[in-house]
Amino acid sequence: MGCCCQEMENHCKDENLDLNLLKDILDEYRDQAGSLVTVLQKAQDIYGYLPLTVLRYIAEEMKVKPAQVYGVATFYTQFRLTPVGKYVILLCQGTACHVNGSERIETALCQELKIKPGETTPDKLFTLTNVACLGCCSLAPVMMINGQAYGPLTPDKAVSIVKDIYANEQQASEGGEES
Amino acid sequence: MKIRIGLGSCGIAAGALKVMEALKEELDSHNLKIEIQQTGCIGMCHKEPLLDIIDDNGQTFTYGKITEKDVKAIIEEHVIAGNPVEKHLVNSSQNPNDFLGEQVRVALRNCGIIDPEQIGHYTERGGYEALKKAITMSPGDIIEEIKTSGLRGRGGAGFPTWFKWNAARNNPGEIKYIVCNADEGDPGAFMDRSVLESDPHSVLEGMAIAGYAIGAAEGVIYCRAEYPLAIRRLELAIKQAKEKDLLGSNILGSTFSFNIRIKQGAGAFVCGEETALIASLEGERGMPRLKPPFPAQSGYWGKPTNINNVETFANIPWIIAEGGKAFAAMGSQTSKGTKVFALAGKIKRGGLVEVPMGLSLRDVIYKIGGGIKEDRNFKAVQLGGPSGGCIPVDLLDTPVEYESITATGAIMGSGGMVVMDETTCMVDVARFFLDFTQKESCGKCVQCRIGTKRMLEILERICNGEGRPGDIELLQEIALKVGEGSLCGLGQSAPNPVLTTIRYFREEYEAHINEKKCPAMQCKALITYRIDPDKCKSCALCAKKCPVNCITGEKKKPYVIDQEQCIKCGNCMEVCPTKFNAVIVE
Repeated sequence: MGCCCQEMENHCKDENLDLNLLKDILDEYRDQAGSLVTVLQKAQDIYGYLPLTVLRYIAEEMKVKPAQVYGVATFYTQFRLTPVGKYVILLCQGTACHVNGSERIETALCQELKIKPGETTPDKLFTLTNVACLGCCSLAPVMMINGQAYGPLTPDKAVSIVKDIYANEQQASEGGEES
Repeated sequence: MKIRIGLGSCGIAAGALKVMEALKEELDSHNLKIEIQQTGCIGMCHKEPLLDIIDDNGQTFTYGKITEKDVKAIIEEHVIAGNPVEKHLVNSSQNPNDFLGEQVRVALRNCGIIDPEQIGHYTERGGYEALKKAITMSPGDIIEEIKTSGLRGRGGAGFPTWFKWNAARNNPGEIKYIVCNADEGDPGAFMDRSVLESDPHSVLEGMAIAGYAIGAAEGVIYCRAEYPLAIRRLELAIKQAKEKDLLGSNILGSTFSFNIRIKQGAGAFVCGEETALIASLEGERGMPRLKPPFPAQSGYWGKPTNINNVETFANIPWIIAEGGKAFAAMGSQTSKGTKVFALAGKIKRGGLVEVPMGLSLRDVIYKIGGGIKEDRNFKAVQLGGPSGGCIPVDLLDTPVEYESITATGAIMGSGGMVVMDETTCMVDVARFFLDFTQKESCGKCVQCRIGTKRMLEILERICNGEGRPGDIELLQEIALKVGEGSLCGLGQSAPNPVLTTIRYFREEYEAHINEKKCPAMQCKALITYRIDPDKCKSCALCAKKCPVNCITGEKKKPYVIDQEQCIKCGNCMEVCPTKFNAVIVE
């Protein structure tokens, strides 16, 4: 078995990061036992994902082994080690959604965005993720985009919601360029 | 007069915020000063967004499936002219509909009625009276009252609540903890989300009473991060309760102090298991450990800890206020009180229902749920999520109570009830749940980690038309090993969906394996879509909708599907006009 640092290196992408953003969080939680999950959650809120540098820094500051931080970060599905798009599409895979055709929604969205679940579009606009259950079972099949739930979906409806967001983004960026 | 609008997650997803905006504008345009109150979920999720008009006589009229456009008519005809708009009316206090009329609400007593963000609404309806009463009682008397009520854990296992409290109370220790398990991970279950979003104080009050009974000064709510609205409302509720001296130090001038904080889960189904939940609370990977010692002996930070589920806590204030006997008067011999179910799947009226224990599954699904969507044939109802099983049509008269449900091979679980019809493939359902448990297995026990993987592979090959003779027996054999060799509930119960579907729907497995056919026409590898040349009118709708452009044809000639390229998405069948019905699935 190799050192898990190598595995961390392989799994994590990195960019230039401002680690000072973590200061307040670390000051609050550094001495609170059992707060590693909370610290990682708050770090992800700041950076959108958990970059390697951040994981290392948290390990150092909280005086735990990097392997433990990596172990916790990879155990929970909420944590992401790679950057996500501006819009994160959570596609519900709950039982009610499954029997009501969530697979067809997935196929349609994958075709439209030309990505697979877990991936991000090259323009960094959309990330598609499957999730276990959003708890809006009466609206099955459901997806959630940046906290807003949509349902009941048909393949067409799901695609048109994504297209609308895309069109709005295009408009906004064009407007921005003009001014 | 008052207007009430349902702003739970489901309501918001269905567009309730837009309705609220339209409502404000419409009232302004008529210069009407009428209070608009937000509320949680009444449970009629199939009719969201919902809007109540409560007139000056206290009568409530509920409108369902309201859009912004319907608001004007409701204001003008009902609010101003006093004539309810029959077209959108789905319930009224004089004429309760079948969905609500059959229910008995204890845990959901305030859901959809009060504004969850205002503590005053909760106290107006008797909230925190039970806590006031409790702190004048002895802890032993409280536990005795819970024993009289017969309340059993609503999280799934059905362990007597009083017994857990008593154990935590009797185990020595200065510091003890109360934990609320709000890590509702079962796909298809949303009872806890709804209670937390609609009536957060009932859970806080239940926890405080439990804290007093076992001698704990601190409570932690372990809530799924996927429930942002529930977390926000809980935070607000805790703040309000502290301001009113109902939480914090020396509650209501007594010597009892109790604080509650929220810890967000990070997405791991196994953390619903008590010992895994504790590991997660302590910031570790959420992996279960051997019991004993039970959490009541050595739990959070090694201290005696009592863990109950959201619904269990929501029942506590009612039991203390109304008495254990009143609770025990409802339900059946061994299962007392009421149970909340999340009714979903192929059901006409899906939503949240609370019924006395002992009611039959048939009554829940047909009387309350209104039967199967599009009047198709009922095939099975799935209870207990990935730990549960599928109950077939000939067992529909099974009463909802712990022992009877367990006898079918399913479990009561936390209350997810997913209805399936003739278009649901039971082998695919088993594959779906195994896919879930295999991904969620924490990896500690070999039998669970590898056994579920092997079972999933077998189920996948059966669904792909590559099933072999003996696969059913092999599944049963591995299932036994997985159940026996796993430490926690996840592994022990993971085989249940496979075992129950084999037990009740063996012929579907055999059709997949021997005839390479999927009777429900769901498994893609075993079906083909074809266009009947005699029925096709060359309208080209299917060709336009085909995502891979594999349907070709021309005017006045029947269209043809290229089987090589077809991804079997079923779009063509869906868009083919019903008057032609030219697309056939075989």
